[in-house]
Amino acid sequence: MHMCLAVPGKVISIDESNPDLRMARVDFSGVVKEVCVQWLPEVTEGEYILAHVGMALNVVDEKDALETLELLKEMGELDAELGKDAW
Amino acid sequence: MKYVDEFRDIGLVRNLSVKIRKITTGEWNLMEICGGQTHSIMRYGLEEFLPDKIRLVHGPGCPVCVTPLEIIDKAIRIAGRPDVIFTSFGDMLRVPGSERDLMSVKAGGGDVRILYSPLDALRIAEENPDRNVVFFAIGFETTAPANAMAVKEARRRGLKNFSILGSHVLVPPAMEAILSSGENRIQGFLAAGHVCTVMGYEEYIPIAEKYRVPIVVTGFEPVDILKGIYQLVVQLEEGRCGVENAYGRVVTRQGNPAARQLLSEVFEVADMKWRGIGTIPRSGFRLAAEYTGFDAEKIFDVGDIIQQESPLCIAGQVLQGLKKPADCTAFGRECRPEHPLGAPMVSSEGVCAAYYRFKVPN
Amino acid sequence: MRRIIGLKFQTKSSKPFPMNLELNCPIPISEYPVITMAHGSGGKLSHQLIEKMFRPVFSSRELDAGHDGAILSPGEGELAFTTDSFVVKPIFFPGGNIGDLAVNGTVNDLACCGARPEYLSVGMILEEGLPMKDLWKIVLSMKEAADRAGVRIVTGDTKVVDHGSGDLIFINTSGIGRVREGVRIDPSSCRPGDVVILSGFIGDHGVAIMSAREGLRFETGIESDTAPINGLVDAILDASKEISVLRDPTRGGVATTLNEISRSSGVGMVLDENSIPVRPGVRGACEVLGLDPLYIANEGKLLVILPEKETGKVLEAMRNHPLGSDATIIGRLTADHPNIVRMTTTIGSSRIIDMLTGEQLPRIC
Repeated sequence: MHMCLAVPGKVISIDESNPDLRMARVDFSGVVKEVCVQWLPEVTEGEYILAHVGMALNVVDEKDALETLELLKEMGELDAELGKDAW
Repeated sequence: MKYVDEFRDIGLVRNLSVKIRKITTGEWNLMEICGGQTHSIMRYGLEEFLPDKIRLVHGPGCPVCVTPLEIIDKAIRIAGRPDVIFTSFGDMLRVPGSERDLMSVKAGGGDVRILYSPLDALRIAEENPDRNVVFFAIGFETTAPANAMAVKEARRRGLKNFSILGSHVLVPPAMEAILSSGENRIQGFLAAGHVCTVMGYEEYIPIAEKYRVPIVVTGFEPVDILKGIYQLVVQLEEGRCGVENAYGRVVTRQGNPAARQLLSEVFEVADMKWRGIGTIPRSGFRLAAEYTGFDAEKIFDVGDIIQQESPLCIAGQVLQGLKKPADCTAFGRECRPEHPLGAPMVSSEGVCAAYYRFKVPN
Repeated sequence: MRRIIGLKFQTKSSKPFPMNLELNCPIPISEYPVITMAHGSGGKLSHQLIEKMFRPVFSSRELDAGHDGAILSPGEGELAFTTDSFVVKPIFFPGGNIGDLAVNGTVNDLACCGARPEYLSVGMILEEGLPMKDLWKIVLSMKEAADRAGVRIVTGDTKVVDHGSGDLIFINTSGIGRVREGVRIDPSSCRPGDVVILSGFIGDHGVAIMSAREGLRFETGIESDTAPINGLVDAILDASKEISVLRDPTRGGVATTLNEISRSSGVGMVLDENSIPVRPGVRGACEVLGLDPLYIANEGKLLVILPEKETGKVLEAMRNHPLGSDATIIGRLTADHPNIVRMTTTIGSSRIIDMLTGEQLPRIC
């Protein structure tokens, strides 16, 4: 196991029964694990969180992810349009 | 997997690779701090996608590797006690101490258990009230909050049989130590993305200014790493030295405020010894005054242990990027993953282990 | 022995040959809920265990003859002989138990010699305190597995060790099979240009074991792939006898097994990461735990190395068999880099795949 290993997963359900230790069931591509979401008071079901050693560190910003991917896709298209001699 | 597979896309990797090759004119030495990034670079062969002019230097971002030898030896002594259940992340089990490793304690009958999360150790403590449960709490800022959570929860639940043996290290002081060294050649840093998920990236701004080096917060997938490198090279080619965030989908400028709040409650900053490197001032955490009752070092008297490193091991120089694993005379011979002389050959994100697994030594 | 509908025996719903055995445990559980030292001492209780549990279930001509050893008439041709011990923890896991592994594992080793498995011996070391009903479940599983593989259990032994000296149950199985005529499985016949076929999805067994272990605690829905692959091997050998290697990638996974083959044959290999089949749940578990599916144990998979020209018909034969329906080509042998296995990654770069160093998972089979 890596020490910096953190993986994104989808929140399936949240257990609010203990206000000091809010837990969520999170789906990592078919593997369901319990993750503590105490540091993400606003997180809701259906959102993706980044989990590390049983704790959710942050919510994944879908907008940023999509924008980044779009930008990188265009990076290739732009080069193709302008041709190799552009730079 | 969502938010994972898209960042391993071969088309995007190629786009970035082409772009990086196009804009690179100078020779640049870039360091990635985090061992997880080192692992990804090796595992995906990312250097194939970079021009020769870019040299990647692997940094000390492996908390397993830099845990002081004294702490390993203490862990081994504590784990051998019959009244103790010693719990740990899996990586730590085969790190060589002065005489042996935790795995051999387990083999000898010690109750050593591998856990995925520090919270699991609390459950074990509750289920075994007549035993002392010790959690080997190591990590960078990514993991420190989880370890802090376990301690705070232990106090909330009134657990009397739980403690941590801690070794927490901080990234920015390590970066400064590398940058202020006379031998430094690093011109740009890929900052550890998951550390920044917790801490944000404000603390890198004064470092970038003081040492005139660009720093880009970077993730772990192939596309993330190439994007981070791309942004570094753009700055270097343009003579700029700012802090940028290339991992915006999980990193914000202020990080996670709740996690940081927990850190400031349970820990305080202290000088820290880095194995192979030496003491770096204010580069680690120790338990804050009101939580010292959970400090295993204070609870267990482990007696005197004489530290002994292998004379062949050059881990310190490798961790600071001054030498490559292949430069070590013992690499692949006396020192192999099944028989490691130093920590970087053991840890799954140790640079020597990564070199051994993914490359053939010259 | 009374047969009463009662104890519902653990079935593997996802397996191609489901079987329902509903039998009550023949040892009166209310009197003997657990194995005791007396069950291993050779006296009355030992006798009861053998006569009431093992003999009736494993019943075979040789076993029923009641000798200390089995008298066999294996017929003509070469014999294959193999042994394996099973120490898996936990002993029950999704998709099976230690009994399944013990039978299938040895059957598979024989099949990989190009032999038809025929006879099995079973040696058990039981720990004092092993629940009798667990032993019964394991024994029934072994019988079912043996029937499925078409082998007979012909001799066996049981010992009991005191509490703390064992881990509930260890099983050794040894097996004899007859090598098929005209078949010689030999890694030294590997040549550059040969093809590497993998019979199906990897990592299932290891992930199933992990998900059943304390300390890791996750749900996957992944079951162990433990199965006897001798039928699949027969289908392959029916299609072609020019097979250089048959190997089941158990401990250390596909990566370790291919490295072993590469080193013993002296030929290099290149794999294509994109073509290696991994289930989403296995991938997810590996991402979360930081593991590589290439190094995880499998208990019902087959690696086949054969000349290019034989590939078409062998692939077809495999895909027509229930255990080979996902068979696919994952790589080729090469004259470049002898003894070394390289892989083209999903992003097009090339890296070396080494053997497993250290222990990815202890007590996996």
